Amino acid sequence: MIKLFNIRGGIHPDDHKRFSAQQAIESLPMPLLLHVPLQQHIGAIAEPLVQRGDQVKKGQLIARHQGMVSAPVHAPTSGRIMGIGGYPANHSSGLLVRTITLKPDDEDTWADNIQPIDDPLALSPEDIASKVAQAGIVGMGGATFPAAVKLNLHKRYDLHTLVINGAECEPYLTCDDRLMQEHAEAVVDGVLLMAKALKVEKILFAIENNKPQAQKSIAEAAHSHAHFKVVALPTRYPLGSEKHLVQMLMGKETPARGLTADIGAVVHNVSTAYAVHEALREGKPLISRVVTVTGPAIKEARNLRVLIGTPVSHLIQFCGGLTKKEDAVQLISGGPMMGQPLSSTQVPIVKGSNGLLVLNQQPQKAEQACIRCASCVRACPCGLTPLEMAAHIRRGSLDNSVKLGLLDCISCGSCAYVCPANIPLVQYFNYAKGELASRQRVQHKQQETKRLAEARTARIEALKKARQEKMLQRKKEMQQQKQASE
Amino acid sequence: MIAAPYLHENASISRTMGLVMLALFPATVLGLYQFGWPAILLFTTTVLAAIVAEYFCLKVAGKIAKPFLLDGSAILTGWLLAMTLPPWAPWWIGILGAFLAIVVGKHVFGGLGQNLFNPAMVARVALLISFPFEMTLFTQPNPFFSVYNLSFNDSLDIFLGYPIPDAFTSATVLDFYKAELSQGISALQIKTDSLTQLLWGNTSGSLGETSALLIVLGGLFLIYKRVITWHIPVAMLGTLTLLASVLFWFDPNSYMSPVTHLLSGAVLLGAFFIATDLVTSPVSTRGQLIFGAGCGLLVLVIRTFGNYPEGVAFAVLLMNGFTPLIDHYFKPRIYGRDRKGQPLSNEP
Repeated sequence: MIKLFNIRGGIHPDDHKRFSAQQAIESLPMPLLLHVPLQQHIGAIAEPLVQRGDQVKKGQLIARHQGMVSAPVHAPTSGRIMGIGGYPANHSSGLLVRTITLKPDDEDTWADNIQPIDDPLALSPEDIASKVAQAGIVGMGGATFPAAVKLNLHKRYDLHTLVINGAECEPYLTCDDRLMQEHAEAVVDGVLLMAKALKVEKILFAIENNKPQAQKSIAEAAHSHAHFKVVALPTRYPLGSEKHLVQMLMGKETPARGLTADIGAVVHNVSTAYAVHEALREGKPLISRVVTVTGPAIKEARNLRVLIGTPVSHLIQFCGGLTKKEDAVQLISGGPMMGQPLSSTQVPIVKGSNGLLVLNQQPQKAEQACIRCASCVRACPCGLTPLEMAAHIRRGSLDNSVKLGLLDCISCGSCAYVCPANIPLVQYFNYAKGELASRQRVQHKQQETKRLAEARTARIEALKKARQEKMLQRKKEMQQQKQASE
Repeated sequence: MIAAPYLHENASISRTMGLVMLALFPATVLGLYQFGWPAILLFTTTVLAAIVAEYFCLKVAGKIAKPFLLDGSAILTGWLLAMTLPPWAPWWIGILGAFLAIVVGKHVFGGLGQNLFNPAMVARVALLISFPFEMTLFTQPNPFFSVYNLSFNDSLDIFLGYPIPDAFTSATVLDFYKAELSQGISALQIKTDSLTQLLWGNTSGSLGETSALLIVLGGLFLIYKRVITWHIPVAMLGTLTLLASVLFWFDPNSYMSPVTHLLSGAVLLGAFFIATDLVTSPVSTRGQLIFGAGCGLLVLVIRTFGNYPEGVAFAVLLMNGFTPLIDHYFKPRIYGRDRKGQPLSNEP
């Protein structure tokens, strides 16, 4: 057992995992159409390589990454490209995002270049990272940061530990739990490959105590590796926040605005490890993931292996449908603490979708006056004073809320969970963060405009000056000629 | 569309207020039992007047009254005020006090959550300064079913302002000490109510302040239910005990013992129910420790060196005034930053 350190704050909500915890992972029947967005990751949008009417094979690269931080996209099955265009995103806004629509041919034939790799552990760290990048793997706990970029952090940071985040601290979700139980060997293999890529010896695989079976399975699969430790975590939200997870394991805080790599650790998710295993052993890119469909308003809660691009409606249908009419339920992508509300069942499952939660629609409780009970201060894992930040934001003084640590807020929702006055604290903070970002953009734009305008004036001035000098010179020359001729 | 989080703890303002009332319940019942009908009439009047005052203020402010009336905060303010009044005080003390608390103590600042000072203590201090006679006239316990108990009709007379017969009045322990010490009598010679009386509450004093045991019981319940934390009570009682012990050790003839300090007057009610008032106390744990210690220090200073025998209300109000300052300077440390707010350095 390794010694655990304490973290500040946190909450203990009912984990609600009983709905789906006992359901083995099942595969979905093929949907009629797959809508594969080109932006399923943090960073630049992928650039399509196919056109309408093209036939593609399963696993074929259909959009390549652009720029340093980006991820490619692959065909989830074989079929015909129906079009490339705007389609509602898996996001609360429901905004259109560039999406490739694929009609499956039901043959499900793999592309020829998908070949198993003999001994991936013999590959160099750079080769492992580049194969992970080629497979389009992103952080699958929901953050969707390109995994290969994180694997290359050893080039710039002094790393010693790979932490695998199996906390799954969001209530209701069980996809990582099932993956750890049913595919422990594969997950452990993926972890070892990532450790190789990161050039670190020490591996800490952290799993909350409400998943004893997963703890056991991973420990058994990893027992022959001396530097691989399975750590039993207390069940506490938000331990899945990587900075807090690392603090609990190592007793050190990540400096503000920094990365966990600053203190020598890189954190990857369980599903990401599984995807790395698939990519490096089988050569398969990331084209499917495990999604927990759960909640009181779905008939049968399940854990499903879902092709990327499958519409949410297809999952609901497979789970027996809703227990209520569609307008009486609240559809959420992700968990109940940090998930995004979905306005349509047509949106597709993406690489970062870990859960589809269907709750009964509940009326928003009226916001009451803050009684300064300090519950939020005690619950905040980041040491903030949510009540004061919200008061500043309500008054419009966003700068003061920044001074109080707004930008250190991880939006975990612990404060709003405990608030007796139903103050939507997270919404205040998200509003302020968004507003500040857009102000910054405006300011940046103004500065750029000013810079360009000044440059233009300077350019014109310079031209003018040059012209004047030229004229002066010519005048001089003419005078000289005149004098000479005289 | 509602945004995350979709899970919420079973918490509400009315639940918080309800738990505080539940915690006050045993000490209140004992007070009403042992001070009889006049106390029951005064208590009821004060609470009802607080509700009426709240309704009046909400109407004047143009707010929708119902949700605020249902949150229980006005009832609690009236309740706490009644706990600190002399049990046989006349009706107008209760009504005036309730209006002072709700109007001047709370709504002048903007209503629930906005007030700087504890409303019940604002009212109590205003009453004490304005009506020193009525506010310092205490009676000995005369519980129901005992020979001393007053009939309802006699009680009504007392409630309506009929002078309390001398036979019923009795100085509190703190009054007694103050008077005797000022005449140069050694504290060791002063004989007052026994420790058991102070523990159970069988002593003269404010309506709900007499029983040390029942008040501590209620306070522990609030800590258990996580309505309050231990920081303010422990800091306040700890500071008081420590300083009182030093003085008592230094000169036991001139200073009251720490045990008497702790068990008499409003100290325990103040430590668990008044200083811990959520609205008017600091939000960080360090702030709460400083606030509590300040309360303890001021109680001792006022009791020992001031003109009034009791100083809890003054102490809490003074510290309330410091709350914004304490909150400003003593914030929790932000994750990944030092106390000054600079990012931690990642040097080992």
